[in-house]
Amino acid sequence: MFTLQRKTKGEALFDLINTIGMILICFITLYPIWYVLVNSLNEGTDAMRGGIYWWPRVFSIENFKAVFESAGIMTAMGVTVAKTAVGTVAHVFFTAMVAYAFSRRGLIGGKIYILLGTITLFFGGGLIPTFLLIRDLQLLDNFLVYIIPFLFSFFDLIIFMTFFREIPEGLEEAARIDGASDWSIFLRIVLPVSMPVIATIALFHGVWQWNDYFTGMIYINNTDLQPIQTYLYRVVAQSSSNQMMVAVQGSAGTQTVTSQSIKLATMVVTTLPIVFVYPFLQKYFVKGMMIGSIKG
Amino acid sequence: MNKELPLQHVQPTPSSPKRKWWRKLYTQRHIQTMALLGVVWMIIFNYIPMYGIIIAFKDYDIIRTISEAPWVGFEYFREFLEDDNLMNVIRNTIGISLIKLFIGFPLPIIFALFLNELRSVKFKKFVQTISYLPHFLSWVVLGGILATWLADVGIINNILLWLNIIDQPITYLAEPKYFWTIIITSDLWKELGWSAIIYLAAISSVSPEMYEAATIDGAGRFQKMWYITLPSIKSTISILFILAVSGVLNSNFDQILVLRNSLNDSASNVIDYYVYQTGLLSARYSYSAAIGLIKSVIALILLLIANGITKKLNDTSLF
Repeated sequence: MFTLQRKTKGEALFDLINTIGMILICFITLYPIWYVLVNSLNEGTDAMRGGIYWWPRVFSIENFKAVFESAGIMTAMGVTVAKTAVGTVAHVFFTAMVAYAFSRRGLIGGKIYILLGTITLFFGGGLIPTFLLIRDLQLLDNFLVYIIPFLFSFFDLIIFMTFFREIPEGLEEAARIDGASDWSIFLRIVLPVSMPVIATIALFHGVWQWNDYFTGMIYINNTDLQPIQTYLYRVVAQSSSNQMMVAVQGSAGTQTVTSQSIKLATMVVTTLPIVFVYPFLQKYFVKGMMIGSIKG
Repeated sequence: MNKELPLQHVQPTPSSPKRKWWRKLYTQRHIQTMALLGVVWMIIFNYIPMYGIIIAFKDYDIIRTISEAPWVGFEYFREFLEDDNLMNVIRNTIGISLIKLFIGFPLPIIFALFLNELRSVKFKKFVQTISYLPHFLSWVVLGGILATWLADVGIINNILLWLNIIDQPITYLAEPKYFWTIIITSDLWKELGWSAIIYLAAISSVSPEMYEAATIDGAGRFQKMWYITLPSIKSTISILFILAVSGVLNSNFDQILVLRNSLNDSASNVIDYYVYQTGLLSARYSYSAAIGLIKSVIALILLLIANGITKKLNDTSLF
């Protein structure tokens, strides 16, 4: 906090107000999440009385037990984990592969390919034509609807290309002299040295996959194939206008859970994995944002 | 064929550029395969839906293919102009988008400027880490949080009752007049820190010597922000402004879908929702595609306007 520079009274006041303002912003940002957490850790019927702001009044983990015991939620959670894992790996690999090809100097047709991609950034078919395509491809009620339509993104390709162009040419040349094919150069040299950008895109796409509820909502009817966010959407959004609360006996027999408290617990369970991984990946996404937005 | 190599040193015969091209293509066969996989994907998932837009001009139904459906010209566009929902849907779409743009675009810049003024690096990192956390929550979860906060017995009502600002709890999500405020505020809460990242990155690349020189000249904190920082990140602001405008009509859907209900419909029905409702819920594919196309045209016009504005501002240097 101390600098060698002499601080005037005005400067000191500015710093004070600025610091207080920032603390306030942090509080406003965190408190709603904290509020959900403490309410989800409170016994259901007691929570209905309201007034739980800082700490659970009647501590209980029944809500979480109920969440994990409910078959529907666990199936949805499994679908989400599967689609996030498979979708992210497939998206990163496929987009990186195309980006590697597009970034090669002297690629015949390269300019046309990039023009084709750039157009897709500004024009699209929209919801209905896309829906009809997905239907014609037999992807309705099919797990692959989470993967194939999201294999590729031209925006992510730009981020990859910017990174690939900075890889020293000598690295590839050396491998080529040793007789490596383009595939093995891509797999054994380009991918391993691109971990920062791979981590960035994987984080972006992973978070998107984890949070996406719309795909599950419009293309999936079979509830065994719906992801947790779609499940949550059906519970949360559709009951927001009628705050109906049903109390049911918890598994321990003494405590009760309500539909409201289960809802809160489901929200916490859905969000926790993301909250845990994101501080570790922070340095990557800050870097990725810079590559992607300034140069792209 | 064994004369290939020496041939490069003699005058090319008329047929050789072509042969050279084929040979180049052959050496590129692996890399072309990779590229073409991407191109094929784009043709299927980007270009076929673009072709599919023509159902807006046809009388399409599911028993026929797109090419079999008879042409009806601008029939569905005319129908939309006579639709009772037209004014409402357009007003909500443009209204929410513009307010979001005018509040949601400058605030992250201001936040980044003030964050940059923090003297402690550790505290700065701490504020940043917290401020982008909400970006990683889904709108579904956020919708759940908001529903809890804004409920009759929710914390907002409790505070306002306690402060005697209101004497009856308000069901915020059931009242159209609060909907826009909820949308704008919650979006700001979610994205403020995330949007500021890029400006912070741009600010950090401004040369410290410029600040030192300004300090010697006696410039205060605000003067340095105005005369050094802002002009230095001008090009970043311009690019992001163009991107923000071109995406402005798309930015609402996930959020609105979660927060809307039949009671706040008059303030929450936007083009995207109307397309979803008429197209997927009522299966009026052609009509819905026509409305979607109108939105794309408006978005394209906005993009051109934004591009024009930033070009002009950068030439005449507003800052």
